[in-house]
Amino acid sequence: MNRKLWLALPLIVFAAFVLAVGWRLSEPSDPTVRSRLVGEKVPAFALAPMLPGRPGLASADFAKGGPRLLNLFGSWCVPCIAEAPALLELEKRGVPIDAIALRDTPEDVARFLADHGDPFAAIGNDPVGEAKIALGSSGVPETFIVDRKGVIRFQHIGPIMPQDLARIMAEWEKVR
Amino acid sequence: MIAEAGLAALWLAAALALLQFALACTGNRLGELRALISPVAVAQGLLAVFSFAMLVWLFVRTDTSVALVVSSSHSDKPWIYRVTGTWGNHEGSMLLWVMVLAAAGALLALIERSLRPETLRATLGAQALLALGFFAFLLLASNPFARLNPAPPQGEGLNPLLQDPGLAFHPPTLYLGYVGLSVAFSLAVGALVTREVGPSLARAMRPWVLGSWVLLTIGITAGSYWAYYELGWGGWWFWDPVENASLMPWLAATALLHSVNVLAARGSLRAWTIMLAVIAFSMSMIGTFLVRSGILTSVHSFAVDPTRGAWILALLIFYTGGALLLFFLRASTVREGAQFEPVSREGALVANNLILSVILGTVFVGTLYPVAAEALTGEKISVGPPYFNLVTGPLVLILAALLFIGPLLRWRRDSRPNLKRIALPAIVTLIAFALTFLAAEISLLARLGLAFAAGLALASFLPLAGRKLLRTPLTIWGMVVSHLGIALAMAGAAADASLTREVLHAARPGEVLKVGPWQVRFSGVDPVAGPNWTAVEGHLVATRGERAIRLDPQSRFFYSPPTETNEAAITTAWDGQLYTVIGSREGDRWQLRLWWKPMVTLIWLGGALIALGGLMALLGRARRERRRTSPAFAEQPA
Repeated sequence: MNRKLWLALPLIVFAAFVLAVGWRLSEPSDPTVRSRLVGEKVPAFALAPMLPGRPGLASADFAKGGPRLLNLFGSWCVPCIAEAPALLELEKRGVPIDAIALRDTPEDVARFLADHGDPFAAIGNDPVGEAKIALGSSGVPETFIVDRKGVIRFQHIGPIMPQDLARIMAEWEKVR
Repeated sequence: MIAEAGLAALWLAAALALLQFALACTGNRLGELRALISPVAVAQGLLAVFSFAMLVWLFVRTDTSVALVVSSSHSDKPWIYRVTGTWGNHEGSMLLWVMVLAAAGALLALIERSLRPETLRATLGAQALLALGFFAFLLLASNPFARLNPAPPQGEGLNPLLQDPGLAFHPPTLYLGYVGLSVAFSLAVGALVTREVGPSLARAMRPWVLGSWVLLTIGITAGSYWAYYELGWGGWWFWDPVENASLMPWLAATALLHSVNVLAARGSLRAWTIMLAVIAFSMSMIGTFLVRSGILTSVHSFAVDPTRGAWILALLIFYTGGALLLFFLRASTVREGAQFEPVSREGALVANNLILSVILGTVFVGTLYPVAAEALTGEKISVGPPYFNLVTGPLVLILAALLFIGPLLRWRRDSRPNLKRIALPAIVTLIAFALTFLAAEISLLARLGLAFAAGLALASFLPLAGRKLLRTPLTIWGMVVSHLGIALAMAGAAADASLTREVLHAARPGEVLKVGPWQVRFSGVDPVAGPNWTAVEGHLVATRGERAIRLDPQSRFFYSPPTETNEAAITTAWDGQLYTVIGSREGDRWQLRLWWKPMVTLIWLGGALIALGGLMALLGRARRERRRTSPAFAEQPA
């Protein structure tokens, strides 16, 4: 390489840097980390009912009875309290919601639902987190949209806050 | 009135920066008026300092009619944190940045005597142009003095994480280092403009590079210790993009600091030194850009705003792009310096520079690769410690090996380097390498790291051999101390990577765990409450021989925003640290995580020695420079 080219090298590297970061600035990254399970069937699990007299939850249930939301929560989880109003609102808009209660007891769950509202059709009991791990969830709360064939279409990590409702409803409209 | 005075000073400083730039551009037409540039630079610096002082005053008084004070301060904070809160936000930290930039220009105008007047003028012009861009950014897009009407009764910010002495002073130390490099940048640009690239430029540049490098070293070392004790993960360097953003200017400054010595002593490496000076400050701007724009996801990305990112990117394109273009156009006219043989002091320093540049390139590519990959293929990936450790580790070893012999070589040509002098350190290295086989299952890299660190600890003293210790120049002592610091930091890092003992156990109260030489008894937990958090505090008693030490690690829950942090409890022994963390509850048991980290403290002790060596060299240079210039200075009329 001749000397001129060497002298231009820093300029060329810098131009490449500017192109890369300029592109990134104009097209901000979507910070959500999507589960590999989006687009896959709900993984196999079968959970006993959390509350007496209410249904439990198995992955086979998702292939029948239409699309629905799957919410992971725990009565001990503070952000779950924060998202309770949003879940109630979704239920009011006609979205069926099933839930998995993580490492919990029937008494605590009953008290939690009495205090913060009960939008759930079925609640599975996941005492050791097997369903949570199968779903590839990092923690509670976390919500999935499952279509009528039992395929996960959308994942929301963390509590559903009022500003997230529009996005969730838009995703919901796609699977209805 | 305070806010208005600060804002007015800022506008006035910007106007003076414009005047300063104009004076530099007019060349010889102005005749004697050209000499005005130095007083203008000083006035601009003073105004910027005044403006910053006004902002500090507003924060100390918690003046809630100022928007910035409201959003990031609170009158209940201790006064010292009200002061440090001044730069704990975007606007305040940018004002600090531009204040240092202007003050550095003023200092340069006051003390610089080795350059030709026209080169000094061109340099001050470049510095003024730099300051102008950042003044514009402040005044047009992030005014720190904006008022709120009506004024709320109280400020809302009481960020608990920033209430830590480590975090309060770590950013300004780094900033001073970053911005100090701006003078080296301006000097390089000025010298390219007037074609005065030679030893006089190197002597003018050296104290700024040394000073900035010392501050960067302190900032990085302190930041690393802060992350180590505060995050509770037991690690001291995570190759996080923001850490890399501070490491890159440091690497460039380290290379520059060595090449500038070659230029000052021998007149060689001219174009190379100029380029490094441009790159070092560019890396500082890139670092600031990466932190402020949120381009890279990082644990530090709390101060993110795309418009600010666009501003800083525009400044970066203008300054770095402009300087590199000037370099491309002018560097071929730079005279080649004195020649030297491959085996010589210069040769060793060139090798040092090449390796440091490769490390810099490695970190640069690794940090930005995720962005480039997503731009080209759309795939999200992340580059983590395995890549960085694998690539930089061997390079650091080569650097260490070079340090055995490099400082002993003669300038220009060393046809028969006296290899006998490094025989002893070489033997120590071999013995240390053999000793590492006492411990099984260590990676080869860590074995070599420990061995070379042991040898280098001895070899770093060799430049003192045969000298009268008290009459040895401070600059030589500085080099010895810094190189010894490198050996210690290397030993600490290699020991941490290889000899650490870790226990992760769900313990019942009363259980005794063994980790390394320690017996740790877990006696139970207690709830504790702080001003805005509650915590579970574990009670541990660590014993080793006669000594028994209480350790109370906490697992803290903050209410707003709801976050969980681990407050590690650490005890330091002469030969390492015991690091304990308490995690979550499992039935009647608690997760305990214990680490015995032999020699880990050497990492930061080494960092401190590296900085101390730089400081000694700086003092030594200042003393020598004064002796050199004082007769000439006496001849000049004041």
